Amino acid sequence: MDNNEDYNKNLLEFERKIEAEEKIEPRDWMPDEYRQHLIRQMSQHAHSEVIGMQPEGNWVNRAPSLRSKKILIAKIQDEGGHGLYLYSAAETLGVSRDQFVKWLHEGKAKYSSIFNYPTLSWADIGAIGWLVDGAAIVNQVSLCRTSYGPYSRAMVRICKEESFHQRQGYEIMCDMMNGTEDQRKMAQDAMNRWWWPSLMMFGPTDNDSPNSQRAMKWKIKRESNDKLRQKFIYKTVGQAEFIGLTVPDPDLNWNEEAQHYDFGEIDWNEFYEVIKGRGPCNKQRLETHIKSHQEGEWVRDTAREYNRLKQEVKKELV
Amino acid sequence: MSNQTEKGELWEVFLQSKSGLAFKHAGSVHGSDAEIALQNARDVYTRRNEAVGLWIVPSDQIAAAPSDSDSFFDPADDKVYRHPTFYNVPDGVKHM
Ligand SMILES: [Fe+2]
Ligand SMILES: [Fe+2]
Repeated sequence: MDNNEDYNKNLLEFERKIEAEEKIEPRDWMPDEYRQHLIRQMSQHAHSEVIGMQPEGNWVNRAPSLRSKKILIAKIQDEGGHGLYLYSAAETLGVSRDQFVKWLHEGKAKYSSIFNYPTLSWADIGAIGWLVDGAAIVNQVSLCRTSYGPYSRAMVRICKEESFHQRQGYEIMCDMMNGTEDQRKMAQDAMNRWWWPSLMMFGPTDNDSPNSQRAMKWKIKRESNDKLRQKFIYKTVGQAEFIGLTVPDPDLNWNEEAQHYDFGEIDWNEFYEVIKGRGPCNKQRLETHIKSHQEGEWVRDTAREYNRLKQEVKKELV
Repeated sequence: MSNQTEKGELWEVFLQSKSGLAFKHAGSVHGSDAEIALQNARDVYTRRNEAVGLWIVPSDQIAAAPSDSDSFFDPADDKVYRHPTFYNVPDGVKHM
């Protein structure tokens, strides 16, 4: 059998599995483009979880109570865990975590643009949990059905943990909306700044998203960017209105016929600017990551050295 | 060692969610030795009381059967008589 014939036979079997909703596992044959797409998407997802710890970490020392501080730390710790689930799932594609981190530091790998915005007030912590995690949940629930087994399993695990993230954020917003005039203003200000970037989290509109077509065909993605965005808006508008927050979009209107909200034009210019590295905090986020990675080097060295010495002692005893 | 990385060895993590239940694969962690890897596994996979038991195994110590395109699992294919439904039991016979 020549190579071409082999390839076609493998591709047919791969496509049969995808069609039958069977998961693709690490040792199964897969087209190189499928592998590359997953490497890019999963590492980007992992980096987002880890970089996402920074804007929230900014408020740990200034949390308004011990209760809120404990909650915030637990939430941030979860995000670190999500990063690890995703790195370990991504490593099954044959790239090491060290390599993923290296690509991030070299600017070759991306993470979600949302984390390049600053957290200016405590209300931003509420807005992030409610809106940013809320948007992430819509995306991740859909990804539980992704065709790559390890990715799907990581998503199931992550989704179980996410709902507390959104609830704690919404609770902060509720408390502030029930508070003083200043607190209400602060909450609305956070809403105004985080709403549009949250909508951008779902990526470009379907017409401008060539990669997604293939990802949908291979069932890496299960629903289109626009469809997921609509789902998020549908779930969130009522929650905002319930506590008296205004969605900062004059064009937002319930469309009875389509059974969804029509909404205003997203500023795609801003989206691409932030992706290209010109958002408010891109530089700071990456530098912080590189610095803490370097500063942790002695811990890794010590652990390695400790293990080496232990092995030596063991050998001598034998 | 092939699983040596900058962060230490790679370990596969298995959780037992309740005593009496089988251990189930949960994912993997890095750790320079078993002690550290166990602590990492606890912090990554059991933050919400997911386990009463925890095993870790060096990833490169796991041997796996060839993937399903090979004929490794064939021997079971033609032995339907290993299943109870293969046998005819007269109508009316109970407790079987
Ligand atoms: Fe997360
Ligand atoms: Fe989260």
